[in-house]
Amino acid sequence: MKKVHQLSVFAENKPGKIEKITRILTREKINMRAITIASSNKYGVIKLLVNDPEKAYQSLKKEGLSVALNPALAIEIEDKPGGLHRIVQVMKKYKINIENACGFVIKSGEKAVLIIEVKDIEEVENVLSNGNIHFLSENDLYEI
Amino acid sequence: MVQNQKIEYLPREEIEQLQLLRLKRTLKRVYEKSPFYKKMFKKNKLRLSNLKSLKDLPQIPFTRREDLRNNFPYGFLAVPLEKIVRLHTSTGTSGKPKAVFFTQRDIDQSAELIARSIKMTGAKKSDVFQNMMTYGLFTGGLIFHYGAEKMGVLVIPSGAGNTERQLELMRDFKTTIIHITPSYALYLATVIEETGLNPKTDFNLRIAYLGAEPYSEETRRKIEKIFNLNAYNSYGLSEMNGPGVAFECEKKEGMHLWEDNFIAEIIDPASGEILKDGDEGELVLTSINKEAMPILRYRTGDSTFIYPQKCRCGRTHRRISRIKGRVDDMLIVRGVNIFPSEIERVLMSLQGIGRNYQIILERERNLDKLTVKVEVEKNLFNGSLEHLKGFENKTKVKLRAELMLTPEVELVEPGSLPTTTGKAKRVIDKRVI
Repeated sequence: MKKVHQLSVFAENKPGKIEKITRILTREKINMRAITIASSNKYGVIKLLVNDPEKAYQSLKKEGLSVALNPALAIEIEDKPGGLHRIVQVMKKYKINIENACGFVIKSGEKAVLIIEVKDIEEVENVLSNGNIHFLSENDLYEI
Repeated sequence: MVQNQKIEYLPREEIEQLQLLRLKRTLKRVYEKSPFYKKMFKKNKLRLSNLKSLKDLPQIPFTRREDLRNNFPYGFLAVPLEKIVRLHTSTGTSGKPKAVFFTQRDIDQSAELIARSIKMTGAKKSDVFQNMMTYGLFTGGLIFHYGAEKMGVLVIPSGAGNTERQLELMRDFKTTIIHITPSYALYLATVIEETGLNPKTDFNLRIAYLGAEPYSEETRRKIEKIFNLNAYNSYGLSEMNGPGVAFECEKKEGMHLWEDNFIAEIIDPASGEILKDGDEGELVLTSINKEAMPILRYRTGDSTFIYPQKCRCGRTHRRISRIKGRVDDMLIVRGVNIFPSEIERVLMSLQGIGRNYQIILERERNLDKLTVKVEVEKNLFNGSLEHLKGFENKTKVKLRAELMLTPEVELVEPGSLPTTTGKAKRVIDKRVI
């Protein structure tokens, strides 16, 4: 199956927290595709999509950060009106709930991607595959 | 005004005679009936026949908070269960609260001390008294309530909190006297002003009893000025009576300690040596007029001194000064006693919390705020914010159950708090009292 991995970092809601992460990733020559931040008052979770998740995970962990590596699905979307709608229609039909998501364009006017975290990832992948939805692999994301 | 003319102005020699009589009676009672004191007397080879005068009191070892804890729940009882009509608790250091018991006579006597105390401040039967202290297990609400009824004021048992309701009651019934923590009094003033009301002219307050937390003379004056009333300092602890152990008279120069009910000593907390009047040290109290649970030479942990001079009001019961602080690490937050060790115990019982934590005390809009910062273990984090929130909430619920107060819980990254090696400052108290 085609799974991607997202890094999650627990950080206090303070200046300098992201700088520490990017400093480590720069040093390790790791490239980022996407970043999202969800914060809740005094702290939050920073999610990163990077080209070498395992290496990024190990190097952030070594520096004492609270980091987790979570599997996610990268859904290919047509970059045109209604592109996302088609995907979420299928998700609604099968009652799939998204825990976390982010989206970005890979090639303007052609291809975009929706990264989702869901509870039962294997099952969701099966269900969506049958709904004629395509997934991208980690390589697909970076070798564009 | 005087509740008990004879006792309140009893000449010193007679007070001491009464103290001795009651001390002897108490010693006999605990020696015969209290499991804890039976053991203590035996272990220290104390004989009642050697305890003949008040000067012999120091032969008896101190009773400490740990003794109450270790003998929870009934180890101090000096009467059979059927004679007990009430229990109160206060938080302790081991997860078990300290339980104190009252017979009907004990309740009546506690009420008498409150009645004396408030009458001494000029309370009249025509006064309307709103008791804004927590009712229930704490002694502050109920014991004061009984005493106020005994004195004859109209009591509004409003309890603590619910500020809008408090204000409505105060306005509807034209409350003239309040019993309140000093921090809540200041908060109340803020709320009143925000509502567009005037604390002086829109209310009928004339007296406030301030207790359950340490506060300064400046705070008293501030409260008096804001509400245009007379504020009196109140001292007590559940182990002895609840409120009503010592109380200010109209002179506002220290609190008369009711010496017909308690024997006070001031000691050096480190050496245990007895200090003379005027010297500041730890207050040690012996209850000599209790049936259910007399306690001998109890280390209160409160720092104060005894005024050497007689009070200008003429009462003969000596006065203690406003409480200067604690000799131990006990924190008083919104009138609730909290030991940092309790917080630590709760935290350490939870999976996922690292070894480091910090307790921060602040005052926000005149209300105490307790924040516990905890380092989460690296392994706890699974990448989800909801999970962290859930964990934070669980920690909060656990702490609330133990502390009887809801703290703020703040999760922080591993390694971000000062470590235990060296002098870790666990408690940061930013409050200005």
